[in-house]
Amino acid sequence: MDNESQYSGYSYKSSHSRSSRKHRDRRDRHRSKSRDSSSRGDKSVTIQTPGEPLLDAESTRGDDRDDNWGETTTVVTGTSEHSLSNEDLTRVTKDLEESTPLECKRFIGPVLGGCLSFFALITPLAFLVLPQVLWRDVLEPCGTPCEGLYVSLAFKLLVLLISSWALFLRPPRATLPRFFVFRCLLMVLVFLFVASYWLFYGVRVLEPRERDYRGIVEYAASLVDALLFIQYLALVLLEVRHLQPAFCLKVVRSTDGASKFYNVGHLSIQRAAVWVLDRYYSDFSVYNPAVVNLPKSILSKKMTGFKVYSLDESTTNNSTGQSRAMIAAAARRRDNSHNEFYYEEAEMERRIRKRKARLVVAVEEAFTHIKRLHEDEVASSPKHPREVMDPREAAQAIFAPMARAMQKYLRTTRQQAFHSMESILTHLQFCITHNMTPKAFLERYLSPGPTMQYQQQSGRGRQWTLVSEEPVTSGIRQGLVFSLRRLDFSLVVTVTPLPFLRLGEEFIDPKSHKFVMRLQSETSV
Amino acid sequence: MSFVPGKPVTAVVQIIEIQKLRQGDNLILGFSIGGGIDQDPGQNPVSEDKSDMGIYVTRITPGGPAEVADLRVGDKIMQVNGWDMTVVTHDQARKRLTKKNEKVVRLLITRKSL
Repeated sequence: MDNESQYSGYSYKSSHSRSSRKHRDRRDRHRSKSRDSSSRGDKSVTIQTPGEPLLDAESTRGDDRDDNWGETTTVVTGTSEHSLSNEDLTRVTKDLEESTPLECKRFIGPVLGGCLSFFALITPLAFLVLPQVLWRDVLEPCGTPCEGLYVSLAFKLLVLLISSWALFLRPPRATLPRFFVFRCLLMVLVFLFVASYWLFYGVRVLEPRERDYRGIVEYAASLVDALLFIQYLALVLLEVRHLQPAFCLKVVRSTDGASKFYNVGHLSIQRAAVWVLDRYYSDFSVYNPAVVNLPKSILSKKMTGFKVYSLDESTTNNSTGQSRAMIAAAARRRDNSHNEFYYEEAEMERRIRKRKARLVVAVEEAFTHIKRLHEDEVASSPKHPREVMDPREAAQAIFAPMARAMQKYLRTTRQQAFHSMESILTHLQFCITHNMTPKAFLERYLSPGPTMQYQQQSGRGRQWTLVSEEPVTSGIRQGLVFSLRRLDFSLVVTVTPLPFLRLGEEFIDPKSHKFVMRLQSETSV
Repeated sequence: MSFVPGKPVTAVVQIIEIQKLRQGDNLILGFSIGGGIDQDPGQNPVSEDKSDMGIYVTRITPGGPAEVADLRVGDKIMQVNGWDMTVVTHDQARKRLTKKNEKVVRLLITRKSL
């Protein structure tokens, strides 16, 4: 089984800080840009450099200039060309992780299971064939009952084969940190079973050269029956048991508080983690590190006002007393940062709406410039030749008028990292091909979609770390908390049991629906 | 005065004549009625028999024509100008009392003390 959860990482491309220009360019050339990453969150100044700049070359630094957020000034710090900061080091190790080849350990489990089941399926046939091959002349002839047994054996093997294919021959979607207990159990069971049958066969049939062929055929049939029952057990344990909901999981993302509730059945912690991650990719809106709650300009004002002078000569307990005094004084001071926050929010809201309006109008106008050419439309007169374009060219033709509005809108909503010009063009081409309206084209940009929408199809998989205080193969129970960590955010999962429902019954006779007037109105005359 | 279904109702009645008073565009009588066959008789505040669906006087405006004519709260109206009021809906009763071309209404009312 798979003991390690190691895939190559997410294709999160980090932004660059303090690195030399040489390093940055070299790295850019090897990568295709997908999005910024966590180093936006740290306190250092950063240079945002998307790999394919969105339209104008100076937009590399301009996305911060636009929004007048004081804290993100973009400055090239004065490091020499050959210095490496700590972030560079972590980035280098991350690069190595991403470029490791496809993990072979991922496939050990399925391969092992496949071999075992192949062996188990071959065994009955071997039981039948071996006596025929080895001591055919000594065998007693076996008439109609044997043929009936042959037929039933054949059909049962066919059923086993088909159901194994349907249930178990699926590419695994996750590698778990520890053994998958049920799967292990079943494989051990099958192995023991088949081994004990072989043992018995070897001792009782092969050695004394048993002549009763009918007994051998019945023995093989009983093996196939037992395999069918083990498969039933596998079906119940692996597929059915966790279908009935028993717990409610609350999943909260640690960076922005996005939360969802899910109902699951009885699962082990690692299986529940895989389940949650499946749902995470399609339910949660994509994590945007550029969206912060309180801009630093407001937060920093709180703490800078005070200097604490200690007049005591004793140095015991100095630091805690000092910090406590600072916090208390800061709390007591009347500040208006909530005011600023409110006005900043309102201003931001207004700006977003204005840009959105401009974007919508620009896109609508752009879409009116082209129309679909139908097969039977006769080409117009040679005086006005119409240029017939394929979708890509049509998209490029109408992209120009809306590009500026789109760029401004994406910058205002901090989404410019998720959409490169290439991706917008591709999406436009897709929409034109499928006869979509401008509104359908815009739905991708007006609201942040689920994380699935922004994935590249790399076969390497995503790296998540399961953090839990209990062993991850134990089942989930009430009050359990575990978290799933990625590099820059984590999902915290809390387990609560679903309430027990006491359903009562009340019978209402359909003839008992009777009504009277409730009015007693009073009229003045 | 509960009625027995199928038997005629007998009651001691008193005739009260009320002159309608002109108030603006309306002719008012100065009292309020409640009851009617479409109303819930159990909620009638002034009637004594709570299954009686007749029209009752529920309120008298002080100083109005009804008070002048000695109409009292709790009176059951049996007839208005000859029209029967014992088996009418609330709205029919209102219409019969507020006809615009009648200046005088003659009510037959009955009360316990008669």
